[in-house]
Amino acid sequence: MKITSYQELKKWQENCPKKTDYKINVLVCTGTSCLSSDAQTIVEMLESALESHNLQAEIRVIKTGCFGFCGQGPIIKIEPDDITYVQVKVEDVEEIVEKHILNNTTVKRLLYQEPNQTKSLEKSSGMQFYKKQMRVALRNCGEIDPENIEDYVVNDGYFALAKVLENYSSEAVIKIIKDSQLRGRGGGGFLTGLKWDLTKKVKGDEKYVICNADEGDPGAFMDRSILEGDPHSIIEAMIIAGYAIGANNGLVYIRAEYGLATNRLRKAITDAREYGLLGKDILGSGFDFDIEIKLGAGAFVCGEETALIRSMEGYRGEPDKKPPFPSESGFRGKPSNVNNVETFANIPVIILNGEAWFSKIGTKNSKGTKVFALAGQIRNIGLVEVPMGTTFNEIIYDIGGGHPEGKAIKAIQIGGPSGGVITKEYFNTQIDYDSLIDMGAMMGSGGMIIMDEDSDMVQIAKFYLDFTQDESCGKCTPCRIGTKRMYEILERLVNMEGKPEDLDRLRTLGEIIKNTSLCGLGQTAANPVLSTMKYFPEEYEAYAYRTKKTKYSIDPKKCVGCTKCARACPVECIEGKVREPHRINEAECIACGACYEACPVNAVIKP
Amino acid sequence: MKLIDKMVQCSINGINITVEKGTTILDAAEKVGIHIPTLCHLNLADFGVVNKNANCRVCVVEEENSHKLLPSCAEKVVDGMKIQTDSLKAVMGRRTNLELLLSNHPQDCLTCVKNLDCELQSLAHELNIKEIHYQGEKMQHPVDLTSFGIAKDTNKCIMCRRCVTMCNDIQTVGVLSPLKRGFDSVVATAFHLDLGQTSCTYCGQCVSVCPTGALAEMNDSPKVWRALNNPNKKVIVQVAPAVRAAIGEEFGYEAGTILTGKVVSGLKRLGFDEVYDTNFGADLTIIEEATELIERIQGEKTLPMLTSCCPAWVQFIEHQFPELLDVPSSCKSPQQMVGILTKTYYAEKNNVDPKDIVMVSVMPCVAKKAEAAREELNKDGLSDVDYVVTTRELAKMIKEAAIDFKKLPDGNFNKLLGESTGASAIFGTTGGVIEAATRTAYEMITGKELKQVNFKQMRGIEGIREAKVKIDDLELNIGIAHGLGNARKILEDIRDGKSNFHAIEIMACPGGCIGGGGQPYHHGDIEILKKRQKALYDLDKSMPKRKSHENEMVLQLYEDYLGKPGSHKAHELLHTAYSAKERI
Amino acid sequence: MKNKILDMTTLDKTLLKELDAYINLLDGDKGEHLIHVLHKAQELFGYLPQNLQLYVARKLDLSGARVNGVVTFYSFFNEEPVGKYKISVCMGTACFVKGADKVLERVESLTKTKKNEISEDGLFTIKDVRCIGACGLAPVMTVNDKVYGKVKPNDVDEIIRYYRGLEDENN
Ligand SMILES: Cc1cc2nc3c(=O)[nH]c(=O)nc-3n(C[C@H](O)[C@H](O)[C@H](O)COP(=O)(O)O)c2cc1C
Ligand code: SF4
Ligand code: SF4
Ligand code: SF4
Ligand code: SF4
Ligand code: SF4
Ligand code: SF4
Ligand code: SF4
Ligand code: FES
Ligand code: FES
Ligand code: FES
Repeated sequence: MKITSYQELKKWQENCPKKTDYKINVLVCTGTSCLSSDAQTIVEMLESALESHNLQAEIRVIKTGCFGFCGQGPIIKIEPDDITYVQVKVEDVEEIVEKHILNNTTVKRLLYQEPNQTKSLEKSSGMQFYKKQMRVALRNCGEIDPENIEDYVVNDGYFALAKVLENYSSEAVIKIIKDSQLRGRGGGGFLTGLKWDLTKKVKGDEKYVICNADEGDPGAFMDRSILEGDPHSIIEAMIIAGYAIGANNGLVYIRAEYGLATNRLRKAITDAREYGLLGKDILGSGFDFDIEIKLGAGAFVCGEETALIRSMEGYRGEPDKKPPFPSESGFRGKPSNVNNVETFANIPVIILNGEAWFSKIGTKNSKGTKVFALAGQIRNIGLVEVPMGTTFNEIIYDIGGGHPEGKAIKAIQIGGPSGGVITKEYFNTQIDYDSLIDMGAMMGSGGMIIMDEDSDMVQIAKFYLDFTQDESCGKCTPCRIGTKRMYEILERLVNMEGKPEDLDRLRTLGEIIKNTSLCGLGQTAANPVLSTMKYFPEEYEAYAYRTKKTKYSIDPKKCVGCTKCARACPVECIEGKVREPHRINEAECIACGACYEACPVNAVIKP
Repeated sequence: MKLIDKMVQCSINGINITVEKGTTILDAAEKVGIHIPTLCHLNLADFGVVNKNANCRVCVVEEENSHKLLPSCAEKVVDGMKIQTDSLKAVMGRRTNLELLLSNHPQDCLTCVKNLDCELQSLAHELNIKEIHYQGEKMQHPVDLTSFGIAKDTNKCIMCRRCVTMCNDIQTVGVLSPLKRGFDSVVATAFHLDLGQTSCTYCGQCVSVCPTGALAEMNDSPKVWRALNNPNKKVIVQVAPAVRAAIGEEFGYEAGTILTGKVVSGLKRLGFDEVYDTNFGADLTIIEEATELIERIQGEKTLPMLTSCCPAWVQFIEHQFPELLDVPSSCKSPQQMVGILTKTYYAEKNNVDPKDIVMVSVMPCVAKKAEAAREELNKDGLSDVDYVVTTRELAKMIKEAAIDFKKLPDGNFNKLLGESTGASAIFGTTGGVIEAATRTAYEMITGKELKQVNFKQMRGIEGIREAKVKIDDLELNIGIAHGLGNARKILEDIRDGKSNFHAIEIMACPGGCIGGGGQPYHHGDIEILKKRQKALYDLDKSMPKRKSHENEMVLQLYEDYLGKPGSHKAHELLHTAYSAKERI
Repeated sequence: MKNKILDMTTLDKTLLKELDAYINLLDGDKGEHLIHVLHKAQELFGYLPQNLQLYVARKLDLSGARVNGVVTFYSFFNEEPVGKYKISVCMGTACFVKGADKVLERVESLTKTKKNEISEDGLFTIKDVRCIGACGLAPVMTVNDKVYGKVKPNDVDEIIRYYRGLEDENN
């Protein structure tokens, strides 16, 4: 069936099955995280249970994308009852069907329990995790079946496209995006409308819209979630972008590791084509646009747009000098507009709700919402979407639920390998593009790693540098050799082989790599080191002056003498009598940390 | 566009300057007399060669409105830029990047082929590097000394990728590529194969642009010294046309100074028994080739006919277009002709056992080393040519022997294979061979005297050129290509049946042999190449005889020994065959 | 062919046919499809030995160096054979701060295999990978397609034992 006008789309929407057509909708998260803990089996069991009770007509099982609450997965949400079950196991399915679906009673033990609360939460809408969130880019994730185009259409999918093709000139579209002040979510924060305008203005018979779905930041997974949970929104946005800049071809560059996202996107493209939403003469407008998927093959630097383009052309993903920017000379040397997945996800809503609606959300120079991937030493690990201007405190404590063991949080690493750390003093700052830069970090893709008082900042910096020097493409001198030399200095430091003057060397080299590298990878590679050096100089000095404690010890005041540590120690260097404080023989300790893991009362002190 | 729109204004170290839009900061600075060091940068635009990588980062400068330093070799001037080339920040950036390169470098200068001719070394000198602040792991790769042409010491590579640009973009051979990534990345052959196992043509263009000792010609001078010290051997040498126009650069002469006489005396001082001229072989080649061409045209055989005197080009077609092996002329190259005639004609005349002859050539070329080693180019188990040294190697031998080159008298070639014409002189530049061949073919076909011997349409430096020559009622279509990338285009046309040329000259090196892989390094200065080219045309003009078939010693050779051009004996000695090879 | 490792006649003919069929369906500039073709080739053969790379180069009319340059650039491509079970330990940030390095260490010591290498018995290949997007379960490791979340070093023993057990059953 081909949809050839706004009217037909409207009619189709009316005929699509809706949630209200069912008595109960059982939404099961089938995002990567939940799938890896058996969500697929859960779905199958649910479906066969419904079948055996002959309830398929009344009750629908919807396989959704990620709810964002991945740390508590697998997740099942039951609508309209507003009940969310967490950490559901295959064994629990029978009980859910039995009690909830057939007998309308809640399975209490599977409800989520807020931290520091004794009772679990009845209704999902009361969950702290979602209270301060505003789901714009993630609006359909966890709501619809991403493999079902009708679900998308029911939620006003493709209406932004229809509106654009029916009513707007390309200039008008660009003006809306410009006025919304949407900035790119891929890291740089460049104004999206402006970029579209630049690409539109470059003359060219052939242009390309490119969606950057490389998502290389280790620990960020919002783009993947959007593609897995709402692939049609990206397709719709890319067509709109194509219409605005005058391109008839779209390309999605996606990480090879993202199998599920790729498959769902592929299905969505096929479906969209079938309904005449992709291909020739879209919605009867005369406008042609189609999308092709290009796979990456495991190289972080390919997230950088010029490298991405090289990679799509079948070459080593080495960045080129800018200018010329892709808008002048991109894929196959033609004008190309590169945007991030999350950026695209915002486009249809902006068109539908209007630029004024969008630009009211957020701060002065950063509009809309941002998705963050919350990870590290925090209770609620997952994806959160908040309005720009939300503070770190709100994210850590209100949404994230604080430290799982109640320890003090020392710092947040934001922006991944290109970013930096934010320290306690700044936790009350409103987050936006500019405030982060002022604090010496950057938005990056929105990875947010929470670190507690036990974290060793030098080790963290070394971890990031290991990453960047390993992912450096090797083209330019400062990044190829410089990051390696920095890494070697850090390695010497943590092996207690460093010298005080290493700190100066590290800082100078870091600055020069920043100033002289060819692409963004090298230009930001030193950030994690420079920013931790700035905020935690004492941790570096402890290594450089070799005063750092490296061995584990036991706090005799806390130790209850349970002997667990002594039994865990592989070199048997812990002694003590039962129910008396234990002691570690530091000379023999190999710092494996087994005692630390074993102690039930946190009496073991990390070095 | 108005002129004013085409110009941009900037200040460099406080000096204001207006330049054309598109000018790099480097070039703009040069205009106001400010020198910025470079390393990876290479711009021989007139010969089609530009290395655009901008990856060494030793040319960075500060610009007021940019918090990053800008690579001056690639960054174009934007209106209103305020550039500082000598700020502390810029200087520190440059120094540190150079130090980083050196921290991953063997620093074997004393025994390195590039000692005192190395761009990395001179840069370290220029930036006054006295200490390398960053030390750590260095790359470790085996040195490849297995091929006949090129020595590759990857440990000295600074990843500037000039060679990659040459081999891939200009020559389209594609033997070299960066492999791996990050610190482990390296410029190498596929699977780190030895060069000899690849389809390398030995054109030596990678060598001629490499700023360090990572790529160099195989050093054959020790073998020559050994031969010269062997009293039982007759050691005979020949000198190629392009050598005389370039060797002076190694001794402080202005580029483009012709020094034939000094080279001959130098060789005699080194102890060679006879000094012959490859130009003699070139004249002979022309006569054989023109004969073959006329035969092919009149006998309606395979056309076009391609010249075959460039061995890199021959390798190229064998590896890349094995289906077209019947298009090149079957003539051996001048070097091989002089070689085989020495071991037959000369040997018989002087009653020397060919086994006791050691034939050495001095060539502008790396591929000639590999050519000399080709199995089919020998007679009765004896190679036509035994050893090949490049222009650079000969200069080193002369210095090694403590000969004061500048004070050498002008010597003369030995007569037997030493006479030459202006036609052979221009063999050393692109377009020269076909111009020489045309002079001879014209007179051979028409029997009339050619008055105007200069074919201006065939000269120049454009990558692909065409010329039409009227010879009675035959209009001869002539094509010229230099650089293997251009050759590829011509070959693709032939393969696809789109070519209407009768004869095509192909030279592997941009510019022809004046830009050969064995010539003194031009270090990116294109003027040097242009001067060498001009010198050869001037030499042609100054010669009393300017057509190959007027070379009296060549005529005598036919009379005494070969019979007539294209004779059975000529074929046996002066022609060869080609075979298909693997492409890797 | 002078060089043994490049001898393309040793490649499995049926698999090559499948690869050819895939390549023949591609249109436009063949070089542009190089990465997809390599994915396909690796899927078919398990890894990308040098003769296979050369085969791809010939098929797409590219130089061997270009293909090898691409293969060695991307960490997804293997030039060496991989074990029956590919153990990938996530070294993404979320996993790292939850002790993934300790998990990797344990995997390496239990299998007596270093990362990016294959165990002596050919059973295991060890890889450290970047975020696989299951950060909620950090630290995460995978064995082929099976994901293990919230892995403690001690859990590794059991996981490895399980796969070793599978082998013994098979034998
Ligand atoms: C080293 C490096 C890695 C990057 N990785 C990504 C990425 O994974 N995803 C992304 O969308 N942008 C990434 N970017 C930013 C892109 O180059 C580009 O700016 C972005 O895709 C533009 O889209 P936007 O304007 O919508 O943000 C990266 C940049 C650099 C320098
Ligand atoms: S900065 Fe690093 S990643 Fe970027 S071009 Fe240079 S070497 Fe490659
Ligand atoms: S850290 Fe390891 S070696 Fe040291 S005391 Fe604890 S268990 Fe024993
Ligand atoms: S495990 Fe903790 S409480 Fe138990 S003996 Fe060890 S230190 Fe003490
Ligand atoms: S390449 Fe240059 S710097 Fe390196 S050892 Fe040779 S001469 Fe010295
Ligand atoms: S000699 Fe010529 S063909 Fe061989 S590697 Fe160098 S540039 Fe390439
Ligand atoms: S071999 Fe020479 S030319 Fe090639 S990248 Fe290395 S240093 Fe540059
Ligand atoms: S053009 Fe001349 S120098 Fe270059 S490879 Fe050919 S013969 Fe040698
Ligand atoms: S994957 Fe299920 S909540 Fe994120
Ligand atoms: S000379 Fe400019 S970057 Fe190398
Ligand atoms: S960091 Fe390990 S799964 Fe994301």
